[in-house]
Amino acid sequence: MTALPVSRRVLSGRWQGPAAFTAVAVLALVVAPLLLEPFRLGLLAKYLCYAIVALGIGLAWGQGGMLTLGQGVFFGLGGYAMGMYLKLNDAGGDLPDFMVWSGVEKLPALWKPFGNPVFALAMVVVLPVAVALLLGVLVFRQRVRGAYFAILTQALAAALVILLVGQQGLTGGTNGLTNFFDFFGRDVAADETQRGLYLLVAVVLGALYLGARQLVRSRFGRLLLAVRDGEDRVRFLGYDPATVKTLTFAVSAGMAGIAGALFVPVVGIISPALLGVVPSLELVVAVAVGGRFALAGAVLGAVVMGYARTYFSEELPDAWLYLQGALFVLVMTLAPKGIAGLAAAVVRRREARA
Amino acid sequence: MAISEVTVRDAELLAIEEINAAGGVLGKKLEPVVEDGASDWPTFAEKATKLIAQDKVATVFGGWTSASRKAMLPVFEKRKALLWYPVQYEGLESSPYIFYTGATTNQQIVPGLDYLKEQGKKKLFLVGSDYVFPRTANKIIKAYAAANGMEVLGEEYTPLGHTEYSTLVNKVVEAKPDAVFNTLNGDSNVAFFKQLKSAGIGADKMPVMSVSVAEEEVKGIGIDNVAGHLVAWNYYQTTETPENEKFVAAFKAKYGADKVTSDPMEAGYNAVHLWAEAVKKAGSTDVEAVKKAAGGVSLDRPEGKVTIDGENQHVYKTARIGVIQPDGQIKEVWNSGEPIKPDPYLKTYAWAGGLV
Repeated sequence: MTALPVSRRVLSGRWQGPAAFTAVAVLALVVAPLLLEPFRLGLLAKYLCYAIVALGIGLAWGQGGMLTLGQGVFFGLGGYAMGMYLKLNDAGGDLPDFMVWSGVEKLPALWKPFGNPVFALAMVVVLPVAVALLLGVLVFRQRVRGAYFAILTQALAAALVILLVGQQGLTGGTNGLTNFFDFFGRDVAADETQRGLYLLVAVVLGALYLGARQLVRSRFGRLLLAVRDGEDRVRFLGYDPATVKTLTFAVSAGMAGIAGALFVPVVGIISPALLGVVPSLELVVAVAVGGRFALAGAVLGAVVMGYARTYFSEELPDAWLYLQGALFVLVMTLAPKGIAGLAAAVVRRREARA
Repeated sequence: MAISEVTVRDAELLAIEEINAAGGVLGKKLEPVVEDGASDWPTFAEKATKLIAQDKVATVFGGWTSASRKAMLPVFEKRKALLWYPVQYEGLESSPYIFYTGATTNQQIVPGLDYLKEQGKKKLFLVGSDYVFPRTANKIIKAYAAANGMEVLGEEYTPLGHTEYSTLVNKVVEAKPDAVFNTLNGDSNVAFFKQLKSAGIGADKMPVMSVSVAEEEVKGIGIDNVAGHLVAWNYYQTTETPENEKFVAAFKAKYGADKVTSDPMEAGYNAVHLWAEAVKKAGSTDVEAVKKAAGGVSLDRPEGKVTIDGENQHVYKTARIGVIQPDGQIKEVWNSGEPIKPDPYLKTYAWAGGLV
């Protein structure tokens, strides 16, 4: 029974103990790279990229009550910023391959600055944050919230997809950007590079998780919770809920942008199909499955749903989409607060019995 | 897997079964591993990686949209593995690790245009889904039209999966073209043809030439809506060859008498047999050896004689124009007489000079 205190803390869904965090970190940084084949490690890196987006959704939705159905937009902005740099770098002064077959003769002005890695990396965060700030200022000032906000973010995702698909010469159309070779001086497909990328993604996720946790525990975080549970009361107390929400939304957008940029070298493609309404919804579903009220639940949900998707699709290629849906229905009916909520309930019951 | 993709998989499994029944390849039976790309490009890349890295398969047959192929291309090139792609596509590609058993543009779109020209159709309207195949196809069509005294009255794109066509059909009707060249994909065809019919436009007044509508899709669109219109492919269920008689009979015996066969299915079915033939010639399943042996491999297939062009790894194919019949089958009204040499970059067509 000596292991009980640790497992209790893990199960409590609050992940308070540094012990739990360290255990997960060791698992992710040491055990996984040792045990997993390169192909499986690459998949895990992909799930962790989604987990970064999920963390942002957990922050905006779980803590801030903003149901954002369009995180794919920010993921895409980060991904395309990275993809454009990699494409230009590979082209080495020539036109990227897709522009050649789309009949573009001169590098579009929009692309030029993305040849600079510093500019491209800055844009990975700046673009999503700027869009989120703008949207937040326009929307939250007008006190648009709830379903209206959700629909708005969803419409934004749909609009971005149409824009990207329609501008084939500029964006690669439905194909998106793919076929990358060089990633900052390394062969992007090499096992070594992929292992390094996995570690990078894991470290970034860990750092962002700690940052988000700090944010939630700060005075700002309490204000955020208060806004979620009673926006008008917060306003009467003299705070401005719009600012709190806008800033949180911008932070979650920045996280999605970083995730998108990491996703590109890991998976090797960024395309409109990855950032439309459906993938954006899938991420929200993952957060719901994991448990939206705990940041760790959001991360867990993304990894579980990512793994379930791969597992079901490999074992049952004909039925896997139904199983994925069934998993969601099952978790939502049996545990409306997700896996983290279920775990917390189990712990509470045990404590009550003890 | 979408419906059309399932039928290609079934045809490929049938080919594997036939090869195994005849003793396999190099004394070994073929064992299929099936993965689903879920019509999602990154998933195609992920599954391709899994098949190569984990299952260590000898070769991969698959892919549907051009985007799925573009997503898989780097996987096959970097891991030096082989992909056999069974769908007609927009050309302008020739990867050393892909064999293309569907038509490239000079085996489908160009013959389709030749046919329309021959029929005296001078004014065209272009309708397509918004992705790389229709956009590239229309670029080629416009270049052809300019060089052949034809006129393109309009060019309209709708998002993939779009189903509201009243505005678009109005535009087409107002423009009064002699014919419509249709590169719409999937379900959009259902809505488009229905709308066209309810606007009172029949195939006699304004024929639509489609390049993505085959026997399988005709069922879905509704025969009433699409009968009489034109299609351009390399194979129909009605194509008269002894090999096709066998193929159709075997397919129906395995999957049901109500099943139809179509061009992409036949191209997938061919791909498996062509690969097996190349392996026998090479005496090994080693990728480089198979690639080397594949050039010149020639087989009598349901569509007629097909030969692999060793240079661009496409296949010589006979172009066939067909008219959709009231029973849902397609009747051939014209063919190219002999297999056409694949020319994915249209290098041998003077009018296509500015395209690539």
